[in-house]
Amino acid sequence: MATLSAGKRMKSAVCATEIMVIAAPDGEVDLCCGGTAMGDGESNGGAVDADHADGTAIGKRYVNEDGSLEVLCVKAGEGSLSVGGSALNVKDAKKLPKTD
Amino acid sequence: MNTMMLLEMAMSGFGDRVAFTDPADGGSSITYQELYDAAGAAAHDIRESGASRVAMLDVSNIAVPVALFASGWAGVPYVPINYRLTGEEIDALLARVTPAYLVTDDERLPHFQDRDGVDARSRGTFLGAARSGDGHAEQRSMDPEDVGVLLFTSGTTGIPKAAVLRHKHLVSYIVSSVEFMSAAEDEAALVCVPPYHVAGIASTLSSVYAGRRVVQLANFSADAWIETARHERITTAFVVPTMLSRIVDALEGEKTAGMSHLQSLSYGGGKMPLSVIEKAMALFPDTDFTNAYGLTETSSTITVLGPDEHRAAATSEAEEVRRRLVSVGIPLPGIEIEIRDDEGNALGTDQRGEIYVRGEQVSGEYEDRGSTVDTEGWFPTRDAGFLDAEGYLFLDGRADDVIVRGGENMSPGEIEDVLLAHDAVRDAAVVGVPSEEWGEAVAGAVVVNSDTPANDDLIADLQDWVRSHMRSSRVPESIAFWPELPYNETGKLLRRVVKAKLTAPAQNVRAAMPLLYVADIERSRAFYCDQLGFTLTNRWDADGRLNWCQLEMEGATIMLQSAEPDDLGGLRNGHGDVALFFLCENVDDLHEQFTGRGVDAPPPTVAFYGMRQLSVRDPDGRELCFEHPVSAA
Repeated sequence: MATLSAGKRMKSAVCATEIMVIAAPDGEVDLCCGGTAMGDGESNGGAVDADHADGTAIGKRYVNEDGSLEVLCVKAGEGSLSVGGSALNVKDAKKLPKTD
Repeated sequence: MNTMMLLEMAMSGFGDRVAFTDPADGGSSITYQELYDAAGAAAHDIRESGASRVAMLDVSNIAVPVALFASGWAGVPYVPINYRLTGEEIDALLARVTPAYLVTDDERLPHFQDRDGVDARSRGTFLGAARSGDGHAEQRSMDPEDVGVLLFTSGTTGIPKAAVLRHKHLVSYIVSSVEFMSAAEDEAALVCVPPYHVAGIASTLSSVYAGRRVVQLANFSADAWIETARHERITTAFVVPTMLSRIVDALEGEKTAGMSHLQSLSYGGGKMPLSVIEKAMALFPDTDFTNAYGLTETSSTITVLGPDEHRAAATSEAEEVRRRLVSVGIPLPGIEIEIRDDEGNALGTDQRGEIYVRGEQVSGEYEDRGSTVDTEGWFPTRDAGFLDAEGYLFLDGRADDVIVRGGENMSPGEIEDVLLAHDAVRDAAVVGVPSEEWGEAVAGAVVVNSDTPANDDLIADLQDWVRSHMRSSRVPESIAFWPELPYNETGKLLRRVVKAKLTAPAQNVRAAMPLLYVADIERSRAFYCDQLGFTLTNRWDADGRLNWCQLEMEGATIMLQSAEPDDLGGLRNGHGDVALFFLCENVDDLHEQFTGRGVDAPPPTVAFYGMRQLSVRDPDGRELCFEHPVSAA
């Protein structure tokens, strides 16, 4: 469990995934990757849980069901993201025209 | 959260793609991996220097993105400086950002060597060291509150303000408006806006995140733009209206621009004349057009009129849809827009007022002045406009541009639009000038098409034209023909200059509304308000400075106006101070207003002149020179 705020970067303990928080609800959030809590540190030597092994993709944004949590994947990995056991989903990117 | 993270992602996602190409430097290029490596090495050098700011005084070249990302990596604010300023102006800006790590061109370098607080090196030295060094171990700064960029605003008067853009603003803008790696490998953006413009910063960051190669065009000319766009098979570009106008002119006589590779062309930074965009759409039939509206203080774009909206508007039967072609579109995701009146009340659909904006990318902060954002996060843009029923935003000049004629408020923009629709008119500007009868009168400056004779018949014709389209109060009382209108280099009409030129000294003297031109309006306001107890209404200009005060007294209204040495003929007295002059209809009445407030006699250095008696001239032959009243008090 950790308190998240926009701009915070976190690493997976079981794969190469790294994320940056874009928006987060108040209070503690149980953000996991590959089924294990994400943190600031290095690998814990564990393995990706088979139920959370869909992988993350660089540059994709992931959101929880009510949209209160949004993270950006800045480094891809084999684990997939979840909060309290529920998987985060890729946020559909609205296609915007190029402006600059 | 740091702009450097965007480059780090680009490096790991598509490191071997070419990131930037500089045709002026023999087409030299840098890949995302090389850019990342160079930024790390340069970050180390910046930290070693102990500088508090990284200053860039140079045209677009490969050192520019290296310095931008290196300063993010090092956590030291990046400050691009306008190289078109005079030496004196550049020195003044540089003095505000010391100790500075300066990168500049070879010609300028000697000027800054041995300068206190400035650690200068040439572009070549900087780039050479960055590209051969190793900075992978260099620790990264990641605090989202870190200042990413300081941009000096191009304010037409006064001392430039330094807009503060923090990493959180810049990263929010990119992440919410650009899809990572969305560019195909053969895509290339032609960037011709200078590095010190917010669009230059935004284009660097968004191209890196999208993986789109940037071709840098250091000095814009229409011919160079066309030649480079064709040679480099450019797929996307951003231009300001004056640039597009010149490109269209340069292609005159050609059926199409022959640039089927140009998928998208976006424009912004000023008002786009309808005739220019229509010609451009004909010359670039395969190109998607996008109108982007944004400000320095909002980390660039906040609203967009995309290609689909362009087409829907252009082909619609309904007038309210068709007019959206001249709108700036709808807000980006995460951006909210509100229109407010002078008292700060929210206005409804189609009502003109000041544009307020809110969102993660909105900074609204200036160095040494703090934030202008209110407690609910709204930033007052000082731009005026309105929203239509579907939320399309229409710009209508600056909030201060409004003309007050006989108590009736009118916007110059709508009169200009009518003038521009006349066949003989190529460009038009409308301002309010002092008027004996109306307080302000509508005056126009018009650029006519080359085949049209500019004479009194045309003036009458244009006045009839406006009268047939609008209420008669909108008809310009005077119309001047000029070879061109004054724009700044990024396409903003310099309305103050138009106003000053159209307000001839003779008209000043005829002004019915008493005017006080003062050197220091804050001190004058304190004098009249606090000491003499007059009621004052304050108005601020585009740069957030107190611009004029309306001073209410019995039987008279007086306007206090900041003296702008460049406008209005430089109201300087013999001692080199900006002076004031004082015009009024009835000197005795005005005099009494002061004596009635316990001032035995007017302050010794204030002279009261009836306007018809006024014929004092300064040493340069300019009229009107008196001391400032407060300096004597």
